[in-house]
Amino acid sequence: MASEKIVASQGRSAELDAHVRRIDSQDKVATGVLTVIVGLVMLLVVAIIVYILARGAGRALAPGFLTNPYNNEELPGILYQLWDSFYMLIVTLVISVPISLGAAIFLVEYAPDNWVTSAAKTAIETLSSLPSIVVGMFGSLFFVVTLGWGISILAGACALTMFNIPILVRTIQQALEDVPRSQRDAALAMGLTRWETTINVLLPAAMPAIVTGIVLSAGRVFGEAAALIFTAGSAPARLNFANPFNFMSPTCPFNIFRPACSLAVYIWRLTSEPTAGSTEIVWGTATVLLACVLLFNLLARLLGKLLSRRLTAE
Amino acid sequence: MAGTNDSHRSIAEAQTAITIRDFDLWYGDFQALKKINLEIPRNRATAFIGPSGCGKSTLLRTFNRMCDFVESVRTEGTIEFDGQDIFQMDANALRVYVGMVFQHPNPFPMSIRENILYGPKRMRRISKAEGDEICERCLTRAALWDEVKDKLDKSGLGLSGGQQQRLCIARALATDPEILLMDEPTSALDPISTSMVEQLMTELSEDHTVVVVTHNMQQATRVADKTAFFYLGELIEEGPTRELFGNPKQERTQEYLSGRFS
Repeated sequence: MASEKIVASQGRSAELDAHVRRIDSQDKVATGVLTVIVGLVMLLVVAIIVYILARGAGRALAPGFLTNPYNNEELPGILYQLWDSFYMLIVTLVISVPISLGAAIFLVEYAPDNWVTSAAKTAIETLSSLPSIVVGMFGSLFFVVTLGWGISILAGACALTMFNIPILVRTIQQALEDVPRSQRDAALAMGLTRWETTINVLLPAAMPAIVTGIVLSAGRVFGEAAALIFTAGSAPARLNFANPFNFMSPTCPFNIFRPACSLAVYIWRLTSEPTAGSTEIVWGTATVLLACVLLFNLLARLLGKLLSRRLTAE
Repeated sequence: MAGTNDSHRSIAEAQTAITIRDFDLWYGDFQALKKINLEIPRNRATAFIGPSGCGKSTLLRTFNRMCDFVESVRTEGTIEFDGQDIFQMDANALRVYVGMVFQHPNPFPMSIRENILYGPKRMRRISKAEGDEICERCLTRAALWDEVKDKLDKSGLGLSGGQQQRLCIARALATDPEILLMDEPTSALDPISTSMVEQLMTELSEDHTVVVVTHNMQQATRVADKTAFFYLGELIEEGPTRELFGNPKQERTQEYLSGRFS
């Protein structure tokens, strides 16, 4: 009897050993495959960055490239395009952040659960998947022609806003929904109105995630080209930084009704209409654009961490 | 800890703070509370015990009308607070007089000082000196003052779990509520923090009406003057804590107290 039992348990343990070996090897294969996939993705990113840097870093770092206007004869630079890119980004954020914040707060805190709300959510999601060239066409017909703004920074910023809103609404919505239920309960139990709860409790708690989302979206907007070609134009503006407050002048850097050419659009223009020496400028511009977008990503992480540390103590 | 039983005060002499009459509550088709009749004594601690889903938390959350936020909720019967039907009162005004402490500590994402002063500042202007006074008084009352007096301007979320829970109690005290509702306030805390919060419940019940929902029967015997036992949405038995635990009259109560179901 006793020996039979031992044999039986040996049989079981042999079975168990085989099972363990099998799942162990499965685990190893899966880990290996996933590592290779991630490695490929990283290789791709690194290859692109290295290639662009190798072609453009020399020009991007050349003294004067960032501070000369495009029509400088010794070393054509990208000062105006750089300025226009940042200026258009700021105008875009000024328009899109308040709208997105309002929309997200409404959808998370106020919207009743009915067909209108779900239609609004679907509309926002659809907006995010519209091809950018279509948004550009719409912008050129509506903002430029119908509203009569002409090819302008404002029209460009409005087209960019249409991209930015769905991304921002989504991230802010997520950030607000991620605030723990218990914080909401605390506010409600104190008799706070929905508005007080949102402004004083939910927004501060969600702020790190919201700021990260805004900066990340800024990186995306910064590199957009197709939507701007028909709305903000592609001809490099001539800017006069010496006289910045004559707002109606077409050379005023702050004038939102003048055409503008962003870095990404400049790359497109120089590539489609090459001139002598333009290849160099294209790679230099691409390097600067890449560096800016990487900086945005870095900044997003830093700001997010900083804010959440401030939120939770120290 | 068993010795604290002697501190139970008589509930016969106490006035009534909350009167519940023939109270029914439905979530959709599900009846969560059935014909509840109960009186909560003023300036005493009352414990609600019973197995999960028995309706004790639901009843507690009705007292400050937190149940209003649940969709498809429907009630019948009355709950009176100082002779006034709470369903006729403005819910946000009611919540100023009825403070609540939750299972998980939930300080606001602000400094310790702002957490305490948030409630008072909503109602009136508070001078710097008055703010300092309120902070010290409430934090002292919540047995937290010595631990945080040097970091009042640091975020409340940076405190330990037990400290956060005491901060939440201090925040609830700052609006000077008459009633304090506590929904399993120690179930997420370590044993030392638990005994501190239990101590607080006993002290606070001297001049506040405290109602605590607990899964822990020993906690009820330690802190509560009166205990009510709920089962499947019904109030099975209620009475002075010592009587209910020492000499339960209902079979169900006996079974629950002896651990035959939970």
